[in-house]
Amino acid sequence: MQERSPAGGVAVSPTTYQKQGEADRQGCETGTARKDLLMDVRLKVKRFDPEAPDTSDRYQQYDLDMPESATVLDSLIEAREYQDGTLAMRCSCRSAICGSCAMRVNGRARLACKTQVRTLVEEGEEVVIEPAGNLPVIKDLVVDMAPFWDKVRAVKPWLQPSGPPPEREYIVPDEAMYGLNEVMNCIMCGACVSDCTVLEVDKTFLGPAALAKAWRFAGDPRDDAQLPRLRELSEPSGVWDCTRCNMCVEVCPKDVKPMDQILKLRAAATHAGITNNHGSRHTLAFVKLVGGETDLIDAAMGTKASGRLDEVRLPVYTHGRFNLIGQMKDLPIGLRMLRAGKMPSPFHKPIGGIKHVKRIFKRFAEKQGAGS
Amino acid sequence: MKYAFWPGCVSKGACPELYTSMVRTSAALGIELVELYDGNCTGAGVISEHSMETADALNARNFAMAQRLDLPLINICSTCQGVQSMAQSRLKKNPKLAAEVNEALAEEGLFYDAEAGLEVKNFLWVLVEDFGLDRLKEVLKKPLTGLKAGPFYGCYIIRPEPILGFDEHPDRDKYLEYVIEAVGATLITYEGQDKCCGFPILTINKENSLSMAANHLSEAQEGGADCLVTPCPLCHLNLDAQQPDAAKYAKVDGLEVPILHLPQLIGLALGIDAKELRVDRHVVSSQKVLANL
Repeated sequence: MQERSPAGGVAVSPTTYQKQGEADRQGCETGTARKDLLMDVRLKVKRFDPEAPDTSDRYQQYDLDMPESATVLDSLIEAREYQDGTLAMRCSCRSAICGSCAMRVNGRARLACKTQVRTLVEEGEEVVIEPAGNLPVIKDLVVDMAPFWDKVRAVKPWLQPSGPPPEREYIVPDEAMYGLNEVMNCIMCGACVSDCTVLEVDKTFLGPAALAKAWRFAGDPRDDAQLPRLRELSEPSGVWDCTRCNMCVEVCPKDVKPMDQILKLRAAATHAGITNNHGSRHTLAFVKLVGGETDLIDAAMGTKASGRLDEVRLPVYTHGRFNLIGQMKDLPIGLRMLRAGKMPSPFHKPIGGIKHVKRIFKRFAEKQGAGS
Repeated sequence: MKYAFWPGCVSKGACPELYTSMVRTSAALGIELVELYDGNCTGAGVISEHSMETADALNARNFAMAQRLDLPLINICSTCQGVQSMAQSRLKKNPKLAAEVNEALAEEGLFYDAEAGLEVKNFLWVLVEDFGLDRLKEVLKKPLTGLKAGPFYGCYIIRPEPILGFDEHPDRDKYLEYVIEAVGATLITYEGQDKCCGFPILTINKENSLSMAANHLSEAQEGGADCLVTPCPLCHLNLDAQQPDAAKYAKVDGLEVPILHLPQLIGLALGIDAKELRVDRHVVSSQKVLANL
C-alpha cells in the first residue's frame, strides 16, 4: 500500500490524479490550487469477512481527501487503493451502465458510481456504506447475485413468438414499444431488489427486477406466450405479492419504475380473465364497490356501488362471494374491531353523486389497464 | 386558514376516531374545514391498476369540487395524498387526458383546471408548511414531555419524491419527526419508520403483511417508543387492528405499541380530552400513552 500525505498535502493518488482536468493537475503539481479543490470525505463501511474469527457486524471508518466532484465509488476505490487493500467491492464501468456497484448508501440502495458524495452530506459528514440488502453477503460490499439471476431466469426472459419466423425481421410499430421504454432501461443492478420491502419478509417473492423483466416480454407485441406468462405470474410469490410501496421506483437509478411494470402485469392478467386469486378479486371488488356494475347476487348481499369504499364487503369479495370458510377467517379481526368501536356499518350509504361516479366508471370501462 | 376537506373513506369507516379527532383538533387550531360530502374514493391506487383513466377522472372530480370552492384541498390519509398527487401530475402532463376527463365531469357541471392545478396537502404538510411549527409550539396547552413517540409515515406520502413536491419541500420525509419534537415528546426513530406497513397485501398474503407490521412494531418497541404516530389510517389499521395477530411474528415478547392518528397527537398536546379525541377507539389500548401525559 502506498502512503498518503495528510489532508491538504500535495501528494495525489493516481486514481484521483487521472480524474483532474489539466488545470487541476497543474495545481497539484505546484501544490497551490489543489488544496481548494479537495474535500474531506468520511466513509463508514460495513465490513464482513466470512473467514474472520468474529463475523458480527463491524463498521470501519475511512477519512479521505477527495475532489469535490467525487462519487461514492471514487471514494471507495481511493480507500481500497491507498488505505485498505482488504476492502472488497464490485465495480466496473463507473458510468452507471454496467450495474455492478449497487449498494446501500446512507440506508438506501444506489449506484455508488452515480452518487456524488456532496449531494448526500455536508463536507466531512459520515457516509454510511453497506452491501445491497435482501441478498447474501459474500464479503464486505460484495453480495451473491445468484438468487437475483435465478428469479430473472424464472420469468423466461426471452421472446416466445409463435408460428414460422418471418422472412426478415419481426416488425412492430414504434407505438407498440412505448410501454416498454422504461423497463428496457434496466441494467440489472439489483438496487430495487436490495430495498424491496416484501423481499425483506419473504425471500420467495419474485421481486421487482424479475417482474419488471417479465413485463418486458409479456408486454412485447412479438411475444405469443402472454397468457401462460400471466397465469404463472399470478401464482403466489408473483405479481399480487407486491405491496405497492414505491420503494423500487424510488431507488431505481435508471427510472425503470419496476412497481409500475408489476401493476401493468396485474392489469393485463385481470383483463385476460385470470381472476381466480385474492389479488385480482380484491381489485375487481374494489372497482365494483366504488362505482362498478353489480349483479343479482350482489343485490341479494346488499351490495351496491357507493362512490366510497365499503370496508365491510371488500374482504368478503376478496375471499370470494361463496368462500364462506375464507370469510370466517376474518371473523376474529371483525369482532376485535367491533369491540374497539372500529367496525364500519354494514349499511353502506352511497354518496349523493353516485350516478355520476358510476357514469365515470362506465365511460372509461373500455379503456382498461394500467398499461393503457 | 380554510381548506376543502377530503376525509377519505377510512375515516368514515373503520377509523371513525380519525375523523372525530381531525374535526376537533382543526377547530382548536383555527383551521376551517369545508368537507366535500359528495367526494368520492380516490381509488387508493387499486382502481388505477384496473383503469388509470377512471381513477384520474374520479380524482379530478374531487379536485373540481375544491376548485369550485376556491380552496386548497386537505386530506388525512397518506394513501389519498400519494394517489391524488399522482393523478394531478398525470392530468397536468397530459392535456388530452384532462380534456377527456373534463368531458366526463361536464355532465355534472364540474371542471378541473389541470393547468392551474390545486394545492393538495395532507394535514401533516399543512401543520409544518402552512400553520408552522413555531406557531404550533406557541399554542400548545399540554406539551407531551413524558411521551416517547415514533413516526410512521406510510409509503405514499414520501414516495415517489418527484411527484410529492420534494423539490420544493425536501424535508417532507422528516415532518413527522419535526412535529413529534414540536409537541414536546421525545422522538424515537427506528429503521422501519418509512417502510410499508403491509396493509395493501393483508388479504392477499397475510403472513407477509403481518410480518412487515411486526418488524416495524418490534423495532419501535425495542427503541423505547410508547406509541407510534401516523398520518395514514391504512397504516393505523395494519399496525393497530392487526397487532394482536402480528405479535406472533414479532421479534420482541409482549408486543404492545399504541398507534395514534396524527390529529390525536396534536389534540392531546392542545389539551383536548383524550376521550373527545377517541383515543380509546383503538384495538391496542392507549394506556401507555395516557399514562405518560
